[in-house]
Amino acid sequence: MSAVDEIRSAFPSLSRKVYGKDLVYFDNAATVQRPQSVIDCWNRIVRDSNANIHRAVHLLAEEATDAYESARDAVQHFINASSREEIIFTSGATASINLAAFSFGEAFVGEGDEVIVSEAEHHSDIVPWQMMCQRRGASLKVLPVDDTGHLRMDMLDSLITSRTRIVAVTHISNVLGLVNPVRKIVETCHSKGVPVLVDGAQGIVHQCVDVQDLDCDFYVFSGHKVFAAPGTGVLYGKKKWLERMPPFMTGGEMVGTVKFSGTTFAPLPMKFEAGTQNFAGAATLKPAIDTALAFRSAGLRENEESVKAYILDKLLNDNRIHLYGKPNALEEKIPLFSFSVEGAHHEDLALIMDKMGIALRSGQMCAEPLMDRFGVTGMLRASLVAYNTMQEAEYFISSLDKAIKMLV
Amino acid sequence: MEEQTKTLQEVESDVADEFSMFDEWLDKYEYLIELGKSLTDYPEADKTDDRLIKGCQSRVWLDYKIEDGRIWFNADSDAIITKGIISLLIRIYSGRTPEEIMSSDFSIVDRIGLKENLSPTRANGLVSMIARIREIAAENNRQ
Repeated sequence: MSAVDEIRSAFPSLSRKVYGKDLVYFDNAATVQRPQSVIDCWNRIVRDSNANIHRAVHLLAEEATDAYESARDAVQHFINASSREEIIFTSGATASINLAAFSFGEAFVGEGDEVIVSEAEHHSDIVPWQMMCQRRGASLKVLPVDDTGHLRMDMLDSLITSRTRIVAVTHISNVLGLVNPVRKIVETCHSKGVPVLVDGAQGIVHQCVDVQDLDCDFYVFSGHKVFAAPGTGVLYGKKKWLERMPPFMTGGEMVGTVKFSGTTFAPLPMKFEAGTQNFAGAATLKPAIDTALAFRSAGLRENEESVKAYILDKLLNDNRIHLYGKPNALEEKIPLFSFSVEGAHHEDLALIMDKMGIALRSGQMCAEPLMDRFGVTGMLRASLVAYNTMQEAEYFISSLDKAIKMLV
Repeated sequence: MEEQTKTLQEVESDVADEFSMFDEWLDKYEYLIELGKSLTDYPEADKTDDRLIKGCQSRVWLDYKIEDGRIWFNADSDAIITKGIISLLIRIYSGRTPEEIMSSDFSIVDRIGLKENLSPTRANGLVSMIARIREIAAENNRQ
């Protein structure tokens, strides 16, 4: 059995049929399929160890708390954070950014200050900053992308002023699929005393993330894009920031003492985890990370690289197709391809290809400013991970050709 | 503008019969694409925001006028399958009186499997389109 066949057998949903055809799941950037180990983990907690965490002294509570807290350790090691207290569990990358933007804004942003985001950001890494700027009387500045989808790194230096309080940038855009030079961005920003938040929603899936090496101040990601249960997410933050930021939400076990005269808060990480947490979901981050690590094996890496190169070549050399996010070198592109077709609407293509068994994403992909930048109302996106096969890629390319011919 | 000679319910049945000839969804799409391509007389100048229907992933503009107590619809979309669906709706509901339109239960959309087999966002668009047609009928029934 090949490495790809073996890993596919760990994902029950990959063998299902749609409209009588084999499912070709190319919408992994929206959410990835879940392996049996994650499904089993969730079931086990819900069935055998269902108790509220951090509160009671009985056995079930201990088991649930253990599962939850050992997932935190797994995340810490996975991204090489220096301390487990820097790992905050949230409901997803969106919640992580909302938390960071709110609490950071409360502590460090005031009238006349500035925040910088890139033009390639997902709405979730724009709107929370926009709202925070409105509340704090600050302004939002934008680092643009060029026609190939690369960040205008030459403009970063001049965008940063003495009023810049934070820069938020995506590790890999969910539309362009290009790996941004975040290490370089962090270096530039730090040289001017500005912290950086990295949106790792796609980056966590396709890069070996080491937050100490990146030296970023915050790194966020969703569990469901990296094999864990939906409704899970992580906010990594350097302790020096998290300790000085006020809580985002309050209540539950995140307190020190509560008096009507005032409240003190629990130490990190619980200070930022108000209310009953999604403990069954968060626990699945542990088997999910094991899966993510397995995806880094040489055999699967090789498969992913050759499938990526094949699709990239086909799309770039088809004059009916316009690809967004054109890499200068193969290694700066992940297997995520957003494109439009002359004379064919993205939604029509997605509908037709759905009936051919191929799951794609169509529309604005939560990145309206980027759609405006490229002058389109939407795009079609195929996003793969290492469990996708060359055979699927070939079927996708021939089906795309058929669908275009139906429409044009 | 063609005068309707059949009742609204008869045209609904015709449409359902035509769709039942196709077993494969791709064939239904081929048919909708053909219908969409034949729908050509919507003026560019009328693609305005107030005629735009909300709730569609693709953009849909719906316009109408009233003549002799009948409502005549005209519509367009930037997506061709949506245009095909629009052309079906126009065939059924255009040139009818408000009372006739309101007598329809719009179950035709379910009968030909459009709602369940189109993506949820598309179904929302379809639902929005139908809601707008009903709204127009209701508004003009009162007058």
